[in-house]
Amino acid sequence: MSDLISQNLNMIFKTPKGETVHALKDLNFTLKKGELLTVLGPSGCGKTTLLNITAGFIRPTSGIITLNNKEIDGPGVERGMVFQQGALFEWLTVAENVNFGLRMKKEDPIQTAKKVDEWLEIVGLRGFGNTPTYQLSGGMQQRVALARCLINDPDLILMDEPLGALDALTREKMQSLVLKIWKETGKTIILITHSVEEALLLGERLYVMAPRPGRIHKEYNLPFATMGLKEDLREIKKNKDFSTKREEILEMIWNMEEEIMGKDI
Amino acid sequence: MLTQIITFLIFVAVIGCILYGRKLIKTEKVDAVFGNPERALGGTHWVIVGSSFLLLVWLYYSWDIAKGFYPKSANELCQVAKVNDSLLGLKYQFPIEEREFKSTSQIKKENKNLNLILNEIQNSQEIDNQQKTVLAGFIKKTNQLIPLLTNEDLIENETKQKINGITGKINLLTENFQKPDYPFETEQELNERLKAVSEEGGWGIVKVQSGTGSIENTMEVPLIPATNKGLKFHAAAQQLNLISDEFFKLRNHNPQFKNQIKKLKDDIKSYRKNLSDSEEVVSTYAKNIVKIARRIEFASIYPPNALDKMQNAIIKFDNAQLKTQGGLRFIDILLFPAGTIVASGPSCSEQGSGRWLPKPSDTFNKFILMSKPSVGYKDIPLLWIDMVDVSKMIGFILPDWIADILPGEYPVHTKDGIVKENFKGNVLKVVTGDFKLFKVPVPYGHIWDSFLRVFLGLVFGIIIGVPLGLFMGLNRFAKGFFDPLIELYRPVPPLAWAPLIISVLGIDNTGKVFLLFMVSLSIMIISARAGASGTQLSKIHAAHSLGASKRQILRHVIFPNSLPEILTGIRVAVGMCWGTLVAAEFLAGTTGIGFVENVAKKYFQYEVIWITIFIMGMLGLLFDITLRKIIDKTIPWRGKG
Repeated sequence: MSDLISQNLNMIFKTPKGETVHALKDLNFTLKKGELLTVLGPSGCGKTTLLNITAGFIRPTSGIITLNNKEIDGPGVERGMVFQQGALFEWLTVAENVNFGLRMKKEDPIQTAKKVDEWLEIVGLRGFGNTPTYQLSGGMQQRVALARCLINDPDLILMDEPLGALDALTREKMQSLVLKIWKETGKTIILITHSVEEALLLGERLYVMAPRPGRIHKEYNLPFATMGLKEDLREIKKNKDFSTKREEILEMIWNMEEEIMGKDI
Repeated sequence: MLTQIITFLIFVAVIGCILYGRKLIKTEKVDAVFGNPERALGGTHWVIVGSSFLLLVWLYYSWDIAKGFYPKSANELCQVAKVNDSLLGLKYQFPIEEREFKSTSQIKKENKNLNLILNEIQNSQEIDNQQKTVLAGFIKKTNQLIPLLTNEDLIENETKQKINGITGKINLLTENFQKPDYPFETEQELNERLKAVSEEGGWGIVKVQSGTGSIENTMEVPLIPATNKGLKFHAAAQQLNLISDEFFKLRNHNPQFKNQIKKLKDDIKSYRKNLSDSEEVVSTYAKNIVKIARRIEFASIYPPNALDKMQNAIIKFDNAQLKTQGGLRFIDILLFPAGTIVASGPSCSEQGSGRWLPKPSDTFNKFILMSKPSVGYKDIPLLWIDMVDVSKMIGFILPDWIADILPGEYPVHTKDGIVKENFKGNVLKVVTGDFKLFKVPVPYGHIWDSFLRVFLGLVFGIIIGVPLGLFMGLNRFAKGFFDPLIELYRPVPPLAWAPLIISVLGIDNTGKVFLLFMVSLSIMIISARAGASGTQLSKIHAAHSLGASKRQILRHVIFPNSLPEILTGIRVAVGMCWGTLVAAEFLAGTTGIGFVENVAKKYFQYEVIWITIFIMGMLGLLFDITLRKIIDKTIPWRGKG
């Protein structure tokens, strides 16, 4: 019952110059509880717009999007969000960042402290509770952001290119962490990414979006995320099926880019 | 004594540090190329050289070194200056330090003036030819007065004798002056003089008496000659005054001259009398001609060689006094840079850098004196602690109407003349502070007043400005509504508001605190607004999706995120407030460090002026260091987010 259902979602922006941009057009999809959806697409295809609508930061021009049969109308605790740069509160320590949501709800401080310790353990930051966040590396900051989002126990986790700013090695570790959390908590996750590999590796389902107007171009159901729970991620990348899919999607995105930018001669 | 030791130490320190610096340069690694910032690291020894140099300049140009090593020199130079002052009028008659005789230059000047008038008259449209001829005649006659004065043969024997008498007196003075025991002081005179000297006190502030009066009583330069050399010059100066008075009373008026000038004056007088009212211009010209004739009459015009002997006598005396000055001349040249001691009439004063640059020793003594709470400045200490009963504060905080609104009436005296207190009366006592509790120390004084004004102005500015600025950064209505208001008053220099605010709110604390509030308010609004509008949207989004309410986002996200900007704003505001306050205290007030400086300026108390400048610098530095510490403590994440 806790599905995310989008019906005829349309989003039209007006630029200051008066042009209209059709960011999303007639988006229809259903995401079941516990599914991990990755969204891929070239710049300007409306990925982030979709996420912002789902988070409730902006309202769609028309159409309805519901979570658990409740229309999304403004931001809420049941939809946690992880941002590209972490968006941590640098004036707080790691623990204060993580317990921010619970503090705002004025929950019992002792219970909160316990929960913070648990989550710091899960994201691999044990003992960092009192560290100021501005002293952390990029990867550690993303772990804090994850813990901060998950401690609120949201039904849906929205990730806006969470691993985009990380170096390759850290990124791989974080991908495993996302999968681990997905498995352990069974949360519904929407993850936006620029990386085709990441989209294939993490997505149980994958939407490739196309720009102008923003729409779902193709949909995949993938086995790799489930495989990734057991196997090494690097082994999966060597998988033949994986590389065929990768080439196919890359080709698709290249064509879209050419459609927009014109073909290179 | 202290000055001598300090001067000596400065020389030792400078030489030592320079030697050390040279040694360090020689032993330094050669790989430190030019342009490498590491070459500027360290260098405490150069700090010592720099500050020593500054102190030395101060000591030297304030003539404190002269005072330290030759404490009597100012007194002696004062006596020398008296001689120069007395000699000035006589010397001025001759080409000793001038280019020509006074007589020559006066004749030149009056001839020029006569020619000017003649030209004007001849070119005038308003005067008819007949009158032109008459006026020209007067001018010619005036001109003819001069040869009557400069003719050697016409000079009277009596005048010659008088000139010889004056010359003889100068020669006698020169002779006596060179004798070691001049001016032949008796034992009694000596004792009286020495007593007067010790009563008069020394140069600047040497002894500090207890009590309030002693600040104003310090001598700029002691007048009574304290040394034998000084006495010599003092006596000579008195003698020279008599001689020069005698000379300037002398007139070279022979009978022919007297007749001529009398006739001329009478002619012009009768001529002017007969002129009608419409001939005002002619009358004025005639009057101007008489003026010139009178100037010629009273000028000391003598035949070219009549005063030769007197001139020689003066030159001789001048040489004798220069020789007698001896080492004092070198002290004057070397230890009194940019000025010297001058005498005018009966008094001596410092003229030049020593006047406006107080001696470090004097400044230090005065500072110590002013720091004493019993002395202070204008009966208010610079900074002290007063024991104030807590009841006074309670009375100040609680408004009096609390007692008024209570039911019942205030007590009325009975027919026996006794006032029986009731509850309402007792409450009134409490709210007006008319009772006794325990006492607590409260600081007061000029420095504290200035500090408190800045502090209160700043605090009010922060309390109102920060919320308003945040609000304006987040809300279109607030921005649109308050922006014109603030942008209208902000660009006006704060001091331009001062006269208005002071005349409306009074010269006391209220006006100044309000002025400073205005200064800090605009700065705080702008910085808080910049801080609020500079919050990253993703942080606000994150807080939203973590379930924070609007108020919580404001308190826990936007406010801490604006803190760096706000604290920087406070730092700027403190500097602005401090500057504005001092200027506002200049304008009007009865306490405060700026007030002290302003009063000191009126009385030419340069020591006090420099002390206030120093105090202001130190307080400003203290504010800034404190704020820097606070900033480092509160927002360690600044620039690292």
